[in-house]
Amino acid sequence: MSRLSGSHGISRRGVLQGATALGTAALITPYGTPLRAAPKRGGTLRVGMAHGSTTDAMDPGTWEADFMIFQAHTRNNYLTEIAADGSLVPELAESWEASADATQWTFVLRSKVEFHSGHKLSAEDVKASIEHHLGEDSTSAAKPIVEGITDIKADDLTVTFTLSNGNADFPFVMSDYHLPILPAKDGKIDPTTQDGCGPYKIASIEFGVGASYVRHDGYWKAGLPYFDGIEQIVIHDDAARQNALLSGEVDYIDTADLNTVSLLERSPGIEILAVTGTQHYGLPMDTRAAPFNDVNVRQALKYSINRQQLVDTILNGFGSLGNDHPIGPGQRFFNTELEQKAYDPDKAKFYLKEAGLDKLDVDIHLADAAFAGAMDAGVLFAESATAGGININVVREPNDGYWSNVWMQKPFAGTYWGGRPTEDWMFATAYSEGAAWNESFWSHERFNELLVKARSELNDDLRREMYFEMQDLVANQGGTIIPMFAAYVGAYSDKLAKPDQVASNWRNDGHRIGERWWFA
Amino acid sequence: MGFFTGLFWLAVAIIAAMAAGWVFRQAAIAVSPKGVAKELRTAPLTASFGMLMIILYILAAFFAPVIAPFSETEIVGREYQAWDNVHLLGTDNLGRDMMSRLIYAARNTVGIAFITTALAFLLGSVLGLLAAVVGGWVDQLLSRAVDVLMAIPALIFALLLLTIIGTSVINMILVIALIDSTRVFRLARAVAMNIVVMDYVEAARLRGESLWRLITREILPNAMAPLVAEFGLRFCFVFLTISALSFLGLGIQPPTADWGSMVKDNATLISFGDITPLLPAGAIALLTVSVNFVVDWQLHRASGLKE
Amino acid sequence: MSHIWSMVFQRLALGFLTLFIVSLIIFGATELLPGDFAQEILGQSATPETVAALREKLGLDQPMYIRYFGWLSDILRGDFGESLANGQPVADLIGRRLGNTLSLALYAAAIAVPLSLGLGILAALFRNSFFDRFANASALTSISFPEFFVAYILIFLLAGREGLFPSISSFRTDPSFTEYLHRAFLPALTLTLVVTAHMMRMTRAAIINLLASPYIEMARLKGMKPMRVIVKHALPNALAPIINVVALNLAYLITGVVVVEVVFVYPGLGQLMVDSVAARDMPVVQGVALIFAAAYVLLNLTADVLATLSNPRLVHGR
Repeated sequence: MSRLSGSHGISRRGVLQGATALGTAALITPYGTPLRAAPKRGGTLRVGMAHGSTTDAMDPGTWEADFMIFQAHTRNNYLTEIAADGSLVPELAESWEASADATQWTFVLRSKVEFHSGHKLSAEDVKASIEHHLGEDSTSAAKPIVEGITDIKADDLTVTFTLSNGNADFPFVMSDYHLPILPAKDGKIDPTTQDGCGPYKIASIEFGVGASYVRHDGYWKAGLPYFDGIEQIVIHDDAARQNALLSGEVDYIDTADLNTVSLLERSPGIEILAVTGTQHYGLPMDTRAAPFNDVNVRQALKYSINRQQLVDTILNGFGSLGNDHPIGPGQRFFNTELEQKAYDPDKAKFYLKEAGLDKLDVDIHLADAAFAGAMDAGVLFAESATAGGININVVREPNDGYWSNVWMQKPFAGTYWGGRPTEDWMFATAYSEGAAWNESFWSHERFNELLVKARSELNDDLRREMYFEMQDLVANQGGTIIPMFAAYVGAYSDKLAKPDQVASNWRNDGHRIGERWWFA
Repeated sequence: MGFFTGLFWLAVAIIAAMAAGWVFRQAAIAVSPKGVAKELRTAPLTASFGMLMIILYILAAFFAPVIAPFSETEIVGREYQAWDNVHLLGTDNLGRDMMSRLIYAARNTVGIAFITTALAFLLGSVLGLLAAVVGGWVDQLLSRAVDVLMAIPALIFALLLLTIIGTSVINMILVIALIDSTRVFRLARAVAMNIVVMDYVEAARLRGESLWRLITREILPNAMAPLVAEFGLRFCFVFLTISALSFLGLGIQPPTADWGSMVKDNATLISFGDITPLLPAGAIALLTVSVNFVVDWQLHRASGLKE
Repeated sequence: MSHIWSMVFQRLALGFLTLFIVSLIIFGATELLPGDFAQEILGQSATPETVAALREKLGLDQPMYIRYFGWLSDILRGDFGESLANGQPVADLIGRRLGNTLSLALYAAAIAVPLSLGLGILAALFRNSFFDRFANASALTSISFPEFFVAYILIFLLAGREGLFPSISSFRTDPSFTEYLHRAFLPALTLTLVVTAHMMRMTRAAIINLLASPYIEMARLKGMKPMRVIVKHALPNALAPIINVVALNLAYLITGVVVVEVVFVYPGLGQLMVDSVAARDMPVVQGVALIFAAAYVLLNLTADVLATLSNPRLVHGR
């Protein structure tokens, strides 16, 4: 059913295997994993979510937190999809191919896809959905990732994108959660629409409170979804969320409090879901400001942090060591040869001496808004750094306004990244010179040169070599301490059944728990 | 059966507390000069227990570095260690000694709460009494200003102000004192309004007593009781405000220990029947109850009732 | 009596002035907060271009006073405006939650006010007895625990796996009256525990404060029963401070319960206000602030009128 065209850039990367099994989805989970028992249909899934604000909005350009991203994948489909194993598979696009220089991408859409409203999917819908984020006056948070698109042509079921520069990872970009395909009318989408072509339709939604969904009977993925409906409930408070799960008010919670997760695990009928992917926590330093403009000072700080202690204490073991670069161990070009930094006060002293200092006083500005446990992480960092002659003063900043007032404003702060599915996307977003989110204001000639070169390189071995070097550069020259990769830790009632492999690109099985899970 | 065991231990605790109160009263009477000793004899056991506790808290606050087995911030073990001989009350979520942090917190929390409440009362009661006695446009102006401040929900107002000016301890004291003083103002004014219409005040006015004398000699003594009662409560509300602020993401700078934030940091454990968060909460409760027992005693004396 | 009416009118007029000043303060304070709506709503993904575009789209690039007076003239025409975040009318957003907030406040007050007045009177009657001390100590202990902690304890004791009550009161559909009482019981109980001690102690203190007065002495010497002395003679004169404290606590039940709303997932105004402040969604912040301020002004006015009525000297003037 879904044969892929042999676009060289894609097929050679070998990321699309497994997608051919879609035709027999009743016996096989959508993405090729055989099941222990055939999934059943029925039941209403009740999900407790840690995020969700009364200021959320339907406009895809404003989506930022989990409540709306979950909503997005429950109601909508995308051109492409990141499968549970991290590979890219087709969704609304049946196939795609690129021009030789990767500047022109042609997607062929599935026929007979129907929106909840009955509207039939056509290339016009795709064009309007993407154009919503483009243009001078675009207010979309996704503007930077689609900026390279200079032209979109729609013809029946074929869409052609023209890019200003070659990008071998463009199909990955099309899976971004900001870019759902919405129905177009007169060449424009209505950003406030509640229509979509995903597995469930919205029955009601109240921002900051919750949403309910019912199954979309005309869903094109055969046999899916399994649940009759979904209740999505916002429960901000950690204890309240866990209590709701324990008392059976919800079947699944997206975030478990790490302090008590071991107690939760021991409760009867409760399972913990922990996946480590690309989510990482970091402490960016402004590489333009003294003393962080000296790479020796940055190295001294990197050796002063006790990574193992942070993983054990802040993450309660639900995560892995970070090595000061943002690429996760599961990613294609993860540098396996790079030495793992460890806590070493002597090395810290050595680098301080190199910088011409015998002691160092710095302020670090944190709030738990930066990442869960950031304040505690700061306290632990300060404790461990004293041995190397570094005195760190942890300044508590208000959660409110953290991202506009502290992050990228103070020279030393905290940050988190959900991560990006490709190395290029991650590096380009937060490490390339002049990028809006280059949090450490890092500018490294060799790195920037490699970044551009690797993006259009189609030979995997050469690409790997370049990405290895870039990870080394970021880790040992860069301005961000990345002490840990954090798992997404949720919990669910054992009444729920899940596929063998759970996606790690986002929480909630890539936010697609609605079409991937079922009631046992 | 659990209920009766609970009841039994409650009775034991009450008896032990009263016994401690009695011992303390006898000891205090023995060492005090005559006048004070006479006063002390009128103290009920609850009040003497309250005084004993307050003194213990103050001692803990002053001599924290001497009493506490470990430092306030040092990480001495793994997180959430059980109670043992070394760490009498176990360790907290970062592996710091719980007992030591509780003791250090007495210093920070009680100090902050006392300064804040004192400031709030100074401001609130002086202005409140003034408004009631002078009346006219002074009263209107002050009352309307207070109305405006009180019309904004306290927690949200504190959140706004602290986000703007930053969350240093000084700022926190000032903001909470300002917000609390409006409550004190209202109470002081309401009580004084009832007194101002009394004949003896009228008489004092006609005698030509000065404003200051009128307030301090005629009004204040008769408005003291409700104000003192309010002080006892406001004092403990400060802990709660700090705790609520830390629930909403503001609060005292770490790694400084304070009971309010300690409750917040460990609160989720209670869902699993773990009593760790009860320790700081209990510390707040014990102090609140103690302060108010003493307040009740003074209240009773102030009322002039002889029974 | 006539001057009570003139006082009411005067106070209502002043109430509007209060609302006006509150709106100024809230507007000013929200403006002073670091970051504006465009930055906050785009959050970590804000770029300078999108922030600028969003500001222009929503008119946030206009000077402060123009935005304030624009908002003010809309309000005077009865138009609360629309949320910057999702374009929903503020009146709708508030309307839905105001009902929830008021019913919870009413629920808690219906338990707390009679309970605390009753306990206060009994404590004054049996002053310094074991009952007095015990009631006092329990009430004080219950308010020494932070609200969210009281809530957790109640959930632990009463919700649990086979619990009597649900641990979250979130309801997406209109519940029946009994269902509402059941679902909202734990938040109402938490709030009761939070406000009871204050009102009870004030009742007790105000009554005891009067017991040494000559006229009480007189009544007692006449051989009147202690309970009758308190209810007939002391209570009426102690009403002013009691009414005051009750009004304050009622205002608190309406405006100050954001923490309880969060823990019990109760969709009330507090959460709406905190969310909107965090996003700098000015029309919603202002709208909720006005509702809160109005609730406070009205309760306050009621308390003052009742307090005045309770004191004949003030009713009749001189």
